[in-house]
Amino acid sequence: MTAIDLNTTKQHADRLFQRKRLIGFGIPAVIAVYFLYIFFAFDFAGLAQRANLENAVTLASDSWSHKVHVTRDNRSGETTYAVEGERKGRYPDGQRPEWVTGKDVISIDIGGDHIVRYLPQNRTEIDIPGMALIKVQAKGRKLTHNLPEDRPDWISVSDRRIGIVTPEGRITMTGARTEVFNYFPGWELFWFTLDSPYHGHSVASIMFGERLDPARSNINGALSDWWNNAMWRHKDVAWAIGETILMAFLGTMGAAIIALPLAFFAAKRFSPFMVVRATARRLFDFVRGVDALIWTVVLARAFGPGPLTGALAILITDTGTFGKIFSEALENVDQKQIEGVASTGAKPLQRYRFGVIPQVVPVLLAQILYFLESNTRSATIIGAITGGGIGLMLTQAIQTQKDWEEVAYYIILIIVMVMFMDWFSGWLRGKLIGRKN
Amino acid sequence: MADISLSGAAQSVDSIQSSYGAQVQRRRLYGGLMLLLFVVLMVSGFNIADDRNAGGFWNGLHQIGDYPADVLSEAWEKRADLPVLIAKYFPALVETVNIAAVSTLIGAIGGLVLSMLGTRGLARWPRLIPLFRRISDIMRAVPEIVIALVLIFVLGGGPVPAMIAIAIHTAGALGKMFSEVAENTDLKPVEGLASTGATWSQRMLLGVLPQVAPNFVSYALLRFEINIRASAILGFVGTGGIGYELRNAMGWGQGRFDDAAAIFILLFGTIVFFDQVSSRYRNRLTEGQAQ
Repeated sequence: MTAIDLNTTKQHADRLFQRKRLIGFGIPAVIAVYFLYIFFAFDFAGLAQRANLENAVTLASDSWSHKVHVTRDNRSGETTYAVEGERKGRYPDGQRPEWVTGKDVISIDIGGDHIVRYLPQNRTEIDIPGMALIKVQAKGRKLTHNLPEDRPDWISVSDRRIGIVTPEGRITMTGARTEVFNYFPGWELFWFTLDSPYHGHSVASIMFGERLDPARSNINGALSDWWNNAMWRHKDVAWAIGETILMAFLGTMGAAIIALPLAFFAAKRFSPFMVVRATARRLFDFVRGVDALIWTVVLARAFGPGPLTGALAILITDTGTFGKIFSEALENVDQKQIEGVASTGAKPLQRYRFGVIPQVVPVLLAQILYFLESNTRSATIIGAITGGGIGLMLTQAIQTQKDWEEVAYYIILIIVMVMFMDWFSGWLRGKLIGRKN
Repeated sequence: MADISLSGAAQSVDSIQSSYGAQVQRRRLYGGLMLLLFVVLMVSGFNIADDRNAGGFWNGLHQIGDYPADVLSEAWEKRADLPVLIAKYFPALVETVNIAAVSTLIGAIGGLVLSMLGTRGLARWPRLIPLFRRISDIMRAVPEIVIALVLIFVLGGGPVPAMIAIAIHTAGALGKMFSEVAENTDLKPVEGLASTGATWSQRMLLGVLPQVAPNFVSYALLRFEINIRASAILGFVGTGGIGYELRNAMGWGQGRFDDAAAIFILLFGTIVFFDQVSSRYRNRLTEGQAQ
């Protein structure tokens, strides 16, 4: 008897072990097979060809450095100096960086004893240590040069274009123009553009020094020049961040205001009619299921691009989510408190006000504040689609594919913004409903 | 003597009453001020948003039904083609769901590691707990679109940038939720395993994971729902999948409404389907644990 019992127990245990073992190895195996399928479905093998490492290098180096272009127009013979080659970053007439010297022969010292000289008649001389002096002559569309046949691979030559890339800087020459790019660390002109009188002055000399611009006081002028900086557009960026937060705020709060009364219709305890309940629930499911993406697309057709469209898209989607969460919270309220209030002769509305609301408010507030933070992130994404806020500025900066320092700046700002909203919603929750939960 | 104490008691009742009244009044004042501030913020915020929008709210309000009506009527006219179109866009839908699934899996694994390393009592290197928590905070704070756009530039279009972007965000978000669960684990199995000489990874795998698995799976399923939406949206900005097809259908002149309708139906159906499945499964997981 006991022997049989033992046997069956042992068999049972064995089977259990076998099943556990099967699960223990089976689940990782299934995941591995799935990853293998994804490896082919997503074409990881072709990724190596599509990936552009040069882009990655440009991105990484441009995001923390800037370059100054020294450009000679070979037709007019004029030389211009501009940060990042942008019109907004051009040095005013008569000014140039201090590493450029000479009048007829312009000599550009890009560092590390690399010297480029712009000579009259569109001639260029490049002096690189360890190399013979490179001489290039531009004539019409063609270039003539004295480069040897066996040259290092950082020099690319055709009869129309010569490119030289050194760790110190880059030189490109075509028939039409000769350009030198000199790289420096840091974000140039972040505070003031070159046309501002405050460029190049320290904080102390602006705060306490002599008046630099006779028309304005130093602090006023400096603040306004910084705020209206044409390169970095601090004013627009601040507005964009404000718009993004505004979208999240309006959307979240509007959704909460609309969802709260509707949630009463969807909660079993407060809505005795099955039909009403089912309708409210299906409505929530519908607006949630349609998803912010489709709402954004639909609303953008009616309201045009802008922050309001984004706010409404968030509002509609979150009405569904809030409705679901709120009605669940309402179903979990404690009946005793309502009965207590009712025993004092309270009317239905008063029963809701003093019996139900105090119970659910902490739950609802916690959810609303959590969504406020998460919607800041959604608003960034929706802004990129519907055209508003910092999301749009980021997409535009990425699409130009050259202002990587601005992209880096926006990314940092977005992360700081989201972390701030995270902290702020946590702080507000602590203030309103206490630390724990 | 008795007189004094009596009057003292009367005074204290009075003072209690008056201080209670004052408190109630102050509460009401604060509540009223908060409400006023909130209303002012909402109204002015709405006005600012309305100003900066291309079309005004009141002008647009009556047009809100126009576009869906156009799409629906055209889709209805060409309803015979609809099954063909749905079949045509089904592979794109599969790609979107795949992106969500893979990134949830990778993100869950990453979040698991991050949460174990960032939870008191479980951490491999207790001194580095703040570091791992900050890492998961930052990963959570980065919106998917930021990483996706940068990666599209480097890796070219396709599902991989979206997958990496969503996985990073998921790892951060799940890392936080997992570590809240992991804080409440019973440490006795871990100690028992430690006494047999188990390594850190063995202790986590055999001592902690079985305790927290139902909650972890439930959170991961919730993330999966969210990630389907995210991967559809990212498609709209240039990674593949159904979102990309939607943008193409929209951008075609006035928009190919029958294509758009087919995509809307697919997307809506998928989201509702996975919401239902995952919420049913999540209920089972959490209720099973309560028993």
